[in-house]
This record gives sequence, structure tokens and C-alpha cells, in this order.
Amino acid sequence: MKTESKQPTAAKEKQNAPAPDNRSGDNRSGDSRASGNGAGASAPPANIAGTTVEQRRELLRSMLLQRRFEERCAEAYALGKIGGFCHLYIGQEAISTGVMSMIRPDDYVITAYRDHGQALARGVSPRSVMAELFGRVDGCSGGKGGSMHLFDAKTNFLGGHGIVGGHVPIAAGVGFAIKYKRGNQVCVCFFGEAAVNIGAFHEALNMASLWNLPVIFIIENNRYGMGTAISRSTANEDVIIRAKGYRMDGESIDGQDVFAVRDCMARAIERARKEKRPTLVEMKTYRFMGHSMSDAVSGTYRTKDELEENMKRDPILLLHNKMFEAGELTEGEMHKMDDEAKAIAQDAWDFADASPEPPLEDLYKDVLADSTS
Amino acid sequence: MPVVTYRDALTQALREELQRDETVFLMGEEVAQYNGAYKVSKGLLDEFGPMRIVDTPITELGFAGVGVGAAMVGLRPIVEFMTWNFALLALDEVVNAAAKMLYMSGGQYKMPMVFRGPNGAALQLSAQHSQAWESWLAHIPGLKVCTPGTPADAKGLLKSAIRDDNPVVFLEGEMLYNTKGEVPEGEHIVPIGVAELKREGDHCSLITHGKMVLVAMKVADDLAKEGINIDVVDLRTVRPMDVDAIARSVQKTNRAVVLEEGWEICGMGSQVVDFIQRECFDDLDAPVLRVHQEDVPMPYAKNLERAAKPDAGKTVAAIKKVMYLD
Ligand SMILES: Cc1ncc(C[n+]2csc(CCOP(=O)(O)OP(=O)(O)O)c2C)c(N)n1
Repeated sequence: MKTESKQPTAAKEKQNAPAPDNRSGDNRSGDSRASGNGAGASAPPANIAGTTVEQRRELLRSMLLQRRFEERCAEAYALGKIGGFCHLYIGQEAISTGVMSMIRPDDYVITAYRDHGQALARGVSPRSVMAELFGRVDGCSGGKGGSMHLFDAKTNFLGGHGIVGGHVPIAAGVGFAIKYKRGNQVCVCFFGEAAVNIGAFHEALNMASLWNLPVIFIIENNRYGMGTAISRSTANEDVIIRAKGYRMDGESIDGQDVFAVRDCMARAIERARKEKRPTLVEMKTYRFMGHSMSDAVSGTYRTKDELEENMKRDPILLLHNKMFEAGELTEGEMHKMDDEAKAIAQDAWDFADASPEPPLEDLYKDVLADSTS
Repeated sequence: MPVVTYRDALTQALREELQRDETVFLMGEEVAQYNGAYKVSKGLLDEFGPMRIVDTPITELGFAGVGVGAAMVGLRPIVEFMTWNFALLALDEVVNAAAKMLYMSGGQYKMPMVFRGPNGAALQLSAQHSQAWESWLAHIPGLKVCTPGTPADAKGLLKSAIRDDNPVVFLEGEMLYNTKGEVPEGEHIVPIGVAELKREGDHCSLITHGKMVLVAMKVADDLAKEGINIDVVDLRTVRPMDVDAIARSVQKTNRAVVLEEGWEICGMGSQVVDFIQRECFDDLDAPVLRVHQEDVPMPYAKNLERAAKPDAGKTVAAIKKVMYLD
């Protein structure tokens, strides 16, 4: 790996942030090795007051980075620098941001193919993410995974996975290992609402509840699985009802509101750390782009009007407005943060562009581990 | 003869068979309102309605099973998998149910159904989305496995598959859908289990199927410029396999190379080589060589993907080797 001249991740600024209050559960900037307290005793209120100003700025920075980074991904895709399938997260950033701001560095994250935003929010270096997308040796998966398969052991980012629902039981397996080793981490598992119809989802939820596994299953309900509206694929659109079927706590929240995401996570994290119980969460959101770079943004399956209506609830805008109204953010500051996000995205692009292709010897590397036996 | 894309050839076959037989229906993810993930079912919802062109949830195991049940009691389902990578989730219904139903019911329940969709690698889709499954599926008694490489074969074989009273696995290709070729209008049937000699030459036999047929044709063109003329044997169906066609060609050329998209170990080529050693042992002037994907999951990076895939250059080299020209 090349050494990075500058660490462009949001994590760096976190080092300078004041220690979070205990209620927020955000100890990424403080004592990351907290042993037994987890998310803390009581859930913070679902409003701006549950966070410090610096935390709110941090949330905004993270969301801006994901947005600006992915805008560059779209550009790079058009230029052929990124190939294959490329699923953008734009519109859903409050979820990744809210969730990652609540968990600890030693917790685990696993997700599907729409994984760029989550990787960045988790603190995977933007350079290594972009290099992966460019198929370069400095990519977080060595250039072998691409957009759908971002992995980063340093941040316990257990990957982007390409088969709908396939990683949901894997999350239960991570939960099993946590329990086995008597740890108090949690495993957070993201997937789309269309994945709740696949068998693996049901099998995983049943085991997680049966065996009391510390897993937080997050349905990012953006209402469409590719071109299929949830009403056309799912007998009961109220997907959170499925928690009941597995005697699991379930909660449905506004996934465009980063504070609602954090509140809900505080409760789920506490349940996982203290009671070793899984939670199913539905976070209602909307994807602003096509299913992937090769799909239409709107068309037969959703109207332009519907899209525009939902874009009014852009999570970045919502947070910006709240902070602006509270008088803690000026337009000038917002511009500056935005410029910083763009600069990090540019730096990631430049880094990726300069990174070499993987050497041909890598073709046969890592098919099997070197076995010691 | 009209020149149409592989995609349109498949659409023609679907449309004609849906018109011909009311018990035929198509189901799968995005097949109806979205016109198919790869637009193979474009326009069919409008023409045949939602009872016959059925959008499913993302539930491969479930809807493959629905197809099996419907086939048991008189319908002729066409189950589309968005790609065969996702059909892995449905293999229980394909292998444990569809393939064995007739046999384990002592001949009482036949399975007139088709499982179809794109197979193999496209471009930079990496490990989970770039896999050629034909040798897995061809391993199973009770299945037929079609691998058309041209638009005409796609149409003719799909019509045969839909009319067949057995479960037919039908493997298409994302990279094939836009390729063009002459396709007869209306009734055009290619029988299952019959190979086609797509190019004739005396120097070597190149035996292949599916997407690699295009590569084989390029190889034949390239070699012809050097004065090397090869047979291109397109198997078209890998189960049952047209052993006679393979033997006829190898007995003529005395040399063979087998080209396939998938992995080497237990690949389709292993079976072809086995047939050759049994049928043509005394005819061979050189060991048979195989060209296939490198024995690794498909990497994402462009240069590694290129190195992993079988291609014309590797095939030319293999042919020259069996001709002792290198
Ligand atoms: C088992 C399986 N079937 C089909 C696909 C193709 N596919 C990829 S994403 C997708 C839609 C999934 O929608 P959802 O789970 O809601 O997640 P979103 O894409 O909206 O984030 C489909 C059908 C797949 N990857 N895996």
C-alpha cells in the first residue's frame, strides 16, 4: 500500500472533537475500547439537542463527503474509469452517517452492493475506496472486488455483498461469534427492502432471535428493488411487522433524519450490548439515482414528479436546515465544508488514478489461504 | 433473411410460443413492467397480460418452485433468472425437484419447463456475478442444457426447449444479447442435442459452445489468414451432447482443442475430452488441449479480468500447440 500523504477521512477530524456525551454512544472519537457500557444507559431525544454542535458538523461533513464522492463516481463511470455494476447511495446518506456515528470501532458492519456511502461513513479511507472502484492495487480489496465488494478489515467493514439477502445470515454468524467470544460488540447489517422476501432473511432473523445474537438488521426501505415498487413485490408492505414473527424488537423510522437514525440506533445498540438481543429496524428513505449506473433514474417504475418530491427531503438539506435555523451554521461555513468534501473526493480520484493496476501475479493470489496445517 | 439481435431472437421465440400455447407463461424478476432486466421480454406484458408475464419478488428459490408446481399440473412455465448467479439460490428446485420428478414418480409427473437467463461473465462484474454454470447443470441426469451462441440458435433452441416435456436449462449471455445474425422468421426449430459445424477446415477441431462460439469464429478467421483451416464444432447443447458430431470432426482433423467459458476442473471440456479419447483414440495426432477461465474467482480489475478469461489469443496458441507449430 502507498502511504497516504494526508488522511482525508472524516475520522481524522473526529480526533479533535470533544468527547461525546455518554448518551450518544459515539465513542469513536473518545475511548474506542470502552468495555461494557456500549450505547450508554438512556436513549437521547430525537432532536438536534442530543448531539453537540461539533458532532452535528461531523455528521454534515460525513454526508457531504459521501455525496461529493459519489458524484465523482458517476463521472468516473461515464469516463470508463469505473466498470461493472455501480450502485450509488445518493439520497440515503443519513442512514450510513447516523448508524456509523453511533457504533464503536470494534463493532462490525456488513452490507450489500450499495456500499460506497457506508464504507466512507465507517471511515474506510476515501482513497482506498476510489482506488477499488478504479480497479487498482491500492483499493481496499486490492482491486479484486470493485464497487460491490468493498472490504476493509481495519474498520471491521465485512464487505459489500452482491447476492440479495446473502449476507444477512452472515451477519447472524458474526453475532454468533461475538456471543461465543463473550464480546460486547454489535454487528450492523444493511440491506434493501426487497431483500426481506428472500429466504435467507427469514432464516437469519429466526436464528438471531432464537440464539440471542447482538445483530442490528437495518432495512433501508427506498421503496424500490430495481424497478419493482414494494407494493408489487411484498404482500405486507409494512415490513417491520416481520420482526414480530421472530419475537424480535422492531422499529420503523424516518431514514432521512440523521437524528432519528441515531436515536433508534441508541436503543438497538443498548439492546444488543446489554440484553444480547437483535433488532430489526426499518429506515424509510429514497434513492435519488437509478438502481445502478446502467439503469434509468425514473421511467416506467417511478415518475419524475415522485422523484422530485422526494428530493425535497434530501438528508443533507434537512440537516443543513436544522443547523442553519439553530444559528450554528452560516452559508459560508457550509460552502467551506462542501469545498472540503469536494477536495477529499478529488484527492481520492487523483490517488486512484495514480495507483497502478494490480500485478498479474495477484490473479492467483488469495484463492486459498496459506494453510499452516 | 432478417438480421436480428440475439435478444430479439429470444423475444421472437417467447412471443411465438406464448401465442401458440396458452399453457406457456413467463415468470421472473422484472420480466413484466420493466420489460426484462436485459429487455428480452420487451412488450410481452402488453401483449399477454399479467397472468402470463409475471413479475416476481426477489425470491429465486420460491418462484422456481412455483414453476415446478405449475408444471406438475399442466402448465409450461418459463422461469427467468435475472442471471444464473442468482439461480444458485434456486438450485434445490432445479436439481432436487425438476430434474428428478419424472424419475422418482415412476414416470407419472413430467416437467415441461424452462429455466433461462444469462450465464457467464460480462465485463468487470467481479466474483459473484461472473460465473459459467453449464458444467454444474450438465452434471445432473434429468436436465437438458442448451447453450446457444448465435441469434438463430437462440431462437430455434428456445422454441424447442419450451415445447420439450423435460426441464430445460437455457443459458444465454449478457454479452450476447446485442450480437446480430440472420434469423429465420416464424417457425424455426433447432433440435436439442444436435451440434453444428459452424466452420469447416482440415487442420484442427475447435469444439465449443455458448458465448465462446464468437471467439471460436474469430480464431478461425485469424488462423485462416495464416493458412490454417479449422473445424468449429458448436455443441449448441451440452446435455445431451452430440458425440457423433465431435467424433466426425476429430476423426477428420486428428487434433482438437476444447474452448469453454468456465473453469477447468470438472468443466465441460473434461467431458468432451473424455468422449474424444473413447471415440477417437486411434485418430489423435496430439493430446487434446483445453482453453478455459483461469482457476480463480473472477477479479474486478480490468487487467486481471482480461488475464482470467479465455480468449482468441489463448485459443490460437493452443491450436498451434496441438499442430506442433509453436
Ligand atoms: C438473489 C439475487 N437476485 C437478484 C439480484 C439482482 N438484483 C440486484 S439488486 C436488486 C434489487 C434489490 O433491491 P433492494 O434489496 O431493495 O436494495 P436496493 O438496491 O434498493 O438498495 C436485484 C433484483 C441479486 N443481486 N441477487
